Amino acid sequence: MASEYNEFIEKDGKMVAKPQTKAIWKTFWILLIITVLEFVVAFSLPHHYHILKVAIFVGMTLIKAAYIMGDFMHLSQETKGLFWTILVPIVFIAWLVLALLLEGGFISTY
Amino acid sequence: MATHAAAEPKQLWLGGAEPMKASYGKLMMWIFLVSDAFTFSGLLIAYGLVRYSHPSFEGVPAEFVFSTEYWPIPEKVFEAVPFFHGYQLPLVFVGIMTFILIFSSVTMVLAVEAGHRNDKSDVEKWMLWTILGGITFLGSQAWEWGHFITGTDKPTIVTDIINGVQVTKEVFGANLHVNQYGPQPFADFFFFITGFHGTHVTSGVILNIIVFFNVCMGLYERRGHYEMVEKVGLYWHFVDLVWVFVFTFFYLV
Repeated sequence: MASEYNEFIEKDGKMVAKPQTKAIWKTFWILLIITVLEFVVAFSLPHHYHILKVAIFVGMTLIKAAYIMGDFMHLSQETKGLFWTILVPIVFIAWLVLALLLEGGFISTY
Repeated sequence: MATHAAAEPKQLWLGGAEPMKASYGKLMMWIFLVSDAFTFSGLLIAYGLVRYSHPSFEGVPAEFVFSTEYWPIPEKVFEAVPFFHGYQLPLVFVGIMTFILIFSSVTMVLAVEAGHRNDKSDVEKWMLWTILGGITFLGSQAWEWGHFITGTDKPTIVTDIINGVQVTKEVFGANLHVNQYGPQPFADFFFFITGFHGTHVTSGVILNIIVFFNVCMGLYERRGHYEMVEKVGLYWHFVDLVWVFVFTFFYLV
């Protein structure tokens, strides 16, 4: 990481590298804009488009998750091995979602 | 540890290798987060199952009233904002909470970036902002819980069967026994999911305070690298990540 810095400033009597925060703030704005868009969708799409709404929300949530994990948690900069070690187990979550939500349509407490 | 130069924060594990080019602590944090993701997924998916096993409200949202007969529309439940009593502001407060948590995630990643540059004062500054964001979020959640438990101005008429006799009663707010907003599991899941997430935020704030203290005492400067900041950073971002999902599946859908 340290090798990426080539500009230095003096601070508290010693030299420190100049902050490079452009990418971080870019990700922040993307996350903020997606959240605002979610609000817009929540209040502008009529109620009977429920399935479309849910699909948009899930899609936007996954995009936000990708940005948080990839940029904020630096997962995209880790090795391929670590990247897939973290992501592959999520298949089990996808399976549980399918299994239980389909099941939820069949059981009823009433 | 102190003898390591700043340029080489990474070191070999005791086995003489460095699996996946990650330090032991960082890799273990990632593995822990995967297991924690399973726990939260279990909770949210169970919520989905129970929600779709109850009838949903049929009709125009404008005519929605609270009833234990069907699952409530979340934006009708969460529409209160502090100091704006009596106004209907659906999802505004939870939106503010989401913003606070995303912002504290940004200050955390700025602290990590400052750590890469061994810039002690910048790490201190951004860690402090992160801690403040976390505490603000917890305070907001406490208010939200308080409002949820106390209830709205008008009660919901709930029909219940007690000792074989049908009883009609007025219900304000919700707890683990009664719920004015909808079926009982709705309140139970609200307390469990947001409570479990709030517990994570609480422990995250405590970890951040410990690391902030260590930064101030110059421990990581002597060590030569700020990897501890990175590790609590991973945890903090995960808490933010979970909130993104809770926000979507509990409040929006």
